[in-house]
Amino acid sequence: MKKEDFKEGIRDGLPICFGYISVSMAFGLTAVKSGLPLWAAVLVSFTNLTSAGQFAGINLLLAQSTYIELMITTFIINIRYFLMSISVSQRAEESFGMKERLIASFGITDEVFAVSMQRREELSFSYMLGLMLTAVAGWTGGTLMGAVAAALLPEVLTDAMGIMLYGMFIAIIVPPAKEHRNVLIAVVLAIAASYAFHCIPLFSALSGGWSVIIITVGVSMLAAWMFPIKEEQI
Amino acid sequence: MSKLYILGGIAVMALTTYLIRVVPMVFFRKKIENVRVRSFLYYVPYTVLAAMTFPAIFSSTASGMGAVAGCFVAVVLAYKKKGLLVVALGAAAAVLLFGLFGL
Repeated sequence: MKKEDFKEGIRDGLPICFGYISVSMAFGLTAVKSGLPLWAAVLVSFTNLTSAGQFAGINLLLAQSTYIELMITTFIINIRYFLMSISVSQRAEESFGMKERLIASFGITDEVFAVSMQRREELSFSYMLGLMLTAVAGWTGGTLMGAVAAALLPEVLTDAMGIMLYGMFIAIIVPPAKEHRNVLIAVVLAIAASYAFHCIPLFSALSGGWSVIIITVGVSMLAAWMFPIKEEQI
Repeated sequence: MSKLYILGGIAVMALTTYLIRVVPMVFFRKKIENVRVRSFLYYVPYTVLAAMTFPAIFSSTASGMGAVAGCFVAVVLAYKKKGLLVVALGAAAAVLLFGLFGL
């Protein structure tokens, strides 16, 4: 264990943790109000660590769906983690062994992925562990808090917190887009495609998860073909 | 809805999600040298986050105008290279102000 890396992981994980609390509180509140026992809501968050995936999952559970439906829906919504996991795997340092990979892969979420990609150094297991433990704490703790106490927060406050995760995403996208024109073009294309998928009836019938997958793969391939990255930018 | 059904369902969800995450970590260990593939992976974080943020950010709060203000503040702060937390809190503060003034 590298203590310094672990601490840096926790530090970088704190914004994720705070961002997660608002969302997972909403999840905990909604889940329990919809009829899921409190322990189940917390267990879902702790074992899944997904947003859209588990929102959809408990909907199916509450509707008494079959496990097959549950599996396919979870798979489709969460398949984007596959791409993210490949990227993290590429950036993992040499000493990242099998056991470390089995543990660290559990914690790959959109935000953990985004933050780890921001890091200049190769990723050490200690760093990833600090990052994911902080994220898990926020996600699970927030769910518990939501199930127990979210009703006490004034609505205007919980409502304002809903934008925080998107604020984080913006904080990640904008600086490299400002610096590199190719990133800017890729980002603008992705946003345009996202609006198109949202507005065109044929595409908006797709689940949000599918739209994001198609846009990500399509635009990233296009960008890679138009502007292959030179060593120094990576 | 029995306790066993819920537990089984949670296990199905958790296992499916874990497999998606663990398979690439275990099987894509060698460094990829291909420039196109590396470039593709380089662009993924930005395109995926951009697609997830827009247009979803504008329906992330009760007030549409508040979300627009929050988004604007976030972009400005990010452009000035502020950290994640500052940008996120700045966006939330903008939404809160709009909410307080009932806009």
